[in-house]
Amino acid sequence: MAAEEGKVDPMHQFAIEPLLGTEGWEIAGYNIAFTNSALWMLISAAVLLLFVAGGMKRQLVPGRWQMAVESFTGFIDGMLAANIGPAGKKYVPYIFSLFMFILFANLLGLLPLALIGLHPFTFTSHFTATGVLAIISFAIVLVVGFAKHGFHFFSLFVPHGTPLPMIPLIFLIELVSFLVRPFSLGLRLFVAMMAGHVLLEVLSSFVINGINAGVAIGPVVSILSFVLMIAICALELLVAAIQAYVFALLSSLYLNDAENLH
Amino acid sequence: MPQIAQLAETYASQIFWILLIFGFVFFVIGRGMVPKVMATVEARDKQIATDLAAAEAARKQADEEEEAWRVQENRRREEAQAIIAEAKAKAGKETEARLAAANAKVDDRVTAAEAKIAEARANAMTEIETVATEAANDIVMRVAGVNVDEPTARAAVKEALHG
Repeated sequence: MAAEEGKVDPMHQFAIEPLLGTEGWEIAGYNIAFTNSALWMLISAAVLLLFVAGGMKRQLVPGRWQMAVESFTGFIDGMLAANIGPAGKKYVPYIFSLFMFILFANLLGLLPLALIGLHPFTFTSHFTATGVLAIISFAIVLVVGFAKHGFHFFSLFVPHGTPLPMIPLIFLIELVSFLVRPFSLGLRLFVAMMAGHVLLEVLSSFVINGINAGVAIGPVVSILSFVLMIAICALELLVAAIQAYVFALLSSLYLNDAENLH
Repeated sequence: MPQIAQLAETYASQIFWILLIFGFVFFVIGRGMVPKVMATVEARDKQIATDLAAAEAARKQADEEEEAWRVQENRRREEAQAIIAEAKAKAGKETEARLAAANAKVDDRVTAAEAKIAEARANAMTEIETVATEAANDIVMRVAGVNVDEPTARAAVKEALHG
């Protein structure tokens, strides 16, 4: 993946670089080096902690910051109430953590920190990270589903009014679509984040190469690409929020299946 | 694609750190701080609801008090009107009585005065008649040398005076 001289490698931004503990940090033979990915997870968590801590003044008449934090908790609370009902209240801490962690990770990964020589890293563009979050959501669905309904949970795979001869086939299809959920959940976020970042990087390479090309049409290409980049940046900010929302929304929909069956 | 190229070396570290850090986010922020934020919101909503209910109750009470005041006020006004009417009637009656008394007194005086005038006039008449009779007697005696007795002279004077 070595970049050519003077060229921009759009994939280099996803490379994981160990920062600490490349040697020796091991648990049961698995290396757990502290990488730039882990660093940005830590930064996301820290920024999120600061954000929520700023809203902990518990004033009767909220200030702006408290208002912002309360609007996020209210948003998650409303989403769970709409999708699950009153039973959804107990999932607010989990869905809030999920949504805010992904949202902050996505947004922080878009910061133009390269201007001051730092390299932002979007760990949500790695399926190893999004997969873990997806599997946690899926595991909670399974645990809640079986704890609440026992083997009756399997009735989730047989919709009401299915004709008897169709039941085995429908059961199989529903089972497969159910089992695909963690993959679609994790892959959707990973693909959306990676695609956006690659697109931005490719456009930025157009800008640089257009200037360096030395042809008359070069700067025109650069300017057009730059304008497009600005628009795509706005789109990426939107995608960052939407993907976090989609992840939280789908998790809450799956939890609804576990809580209420059909 | 580094995600796949580096998979073998990095997956363990990725999974370890995201579990650790997301666990921290869930337990410290999600479980620790979010319920407090939501409790604040709930407390505020409850406070607003109770304040609204209290304001509604106070408004209702104020309405009721105003209604009671209005009823009382109307009753008072009626009472006042009745008192005024009574006083007016009483005063009218008193004035009438006084006027009647004054009228009676004035009438009495006028009657007395008229009687006195009539008496005075009668006296004057009698005197004039007497004087005229004497004068007629005198005149008759001097002019005609006839001595007229008094009743005749008086009759003649009466005739001349009253036509």
